[in-house]
Amino acid sequence: MAQSAAPAPAASTAIPAVAPISLKEIAPWALFVGILMLVLLYFVGAEQGATSVISGENVHEWVHDGRHLLGFPCH
Amino acid sequence: MNSISVRALLVRGMLAGLAAGVLALVVAYLLGEPHVDSAIAFEEAHSPHDHGGGEDPVSRTMQSTAGLATGILVYGVALGGIASLVFCVALGRIGRFGPRATAALVSLGALVAVYLVPFLKYPANPPSVGDPDTIGKRTALYFLMIALSVLLAVAAVILGKRLAPRLGNWNATVAAGAAFVVAVGLAYAFLPSVNELPDDFPAGLLWKFRLSALAMQLLLWTGFGLVFGHFAERLLAPRAGAPGEKARTAAPAS
Repeated sequence: MAQSAAPAPAASTAIPAVAPISLKEIAPWALFVGILMLVLLYFVGAEQGATSVISGENVHEWVHDGRHLLGFPCH
Repeated sequence: MNSISVRALLVRGMLAGLAAGVLALVVAYLLGEPHVDSAIAFEEAHSPHDHGGGEDPVSRTMQSTAGLATGILVYGVALGGIASLVFCVALGRIGRFGPRATAALVSLGALVAVYLVPFLKYPANPPSVGDPDTIGKRTALYFLMIALSVLLAVAAVILGKRLAPRLGNWNATVAAGAAFVVAVGLAYAFLPSVNELPDDFPAGLLWKFRLSALAMQLLLWTGFGLVFGHFAERLLAPRAGAPGEKARTAAPAS
């Protein structure tokens, strides 16, 4: 079922209504801002739980309720 | 599209994520917090679980207000930013969808891949559910499940695109969706289960806590899809908007 498709005529995948943004333009934003966003998610979701970058428990305690309600394992 | 689009979409994605985070925060405060408090009351009554000795560094009042807001708003902004980058890639590549419809589909996909699929295997737990000694294992499994789910969702979209010329758009989408469900089912079957529920923990409380966690995510992603879709439509197709939308063209949010 997952064979790679032969280059078929683009009959059903019609011309897109909106021109795609080239991946080269997205890449730098995705790399730098994407990683920054993932770091933010790490601090909300996991810091001072399984792993700690900052010592103590203040980060964990501060976002404690959000962590539980957002579905992250807390303690 | 010039490169200003990516930056402009990213900024709008983070703003839409903030707005969606506010919606989720309201639900979390009104629906979720009472259950967190009940669960903490259970914890203190049944198994005096020490948070590290002495007094807690952050009071319950701060945890349930400013702390909760910090967590949820940062989560909203971060996922909004990432979702807007995914939108940049998806726009014009997943079929004949305009900016608004693409935003709605990206939000739906994010809800399913980032939250719903991991939630069905490793659901959100209130305080006192979960053994503190296994936090490392549970954290690793949860993030592994998210990563796997996102990768499988991306693979399903690529598969659907490749099948579309042969099967037609509808059948290709159904086939890719079925492949995703089968792959997720296999992941569920092979990843270890976690069951660390205290014996006498109230079932009703657990159910209501999880429902409120789910409601937050539903509102977060619905809000994000609608708000970001509106911004993206105005940014990318300013002339195609409805007649009532011409009032302002720049700076839609402040």
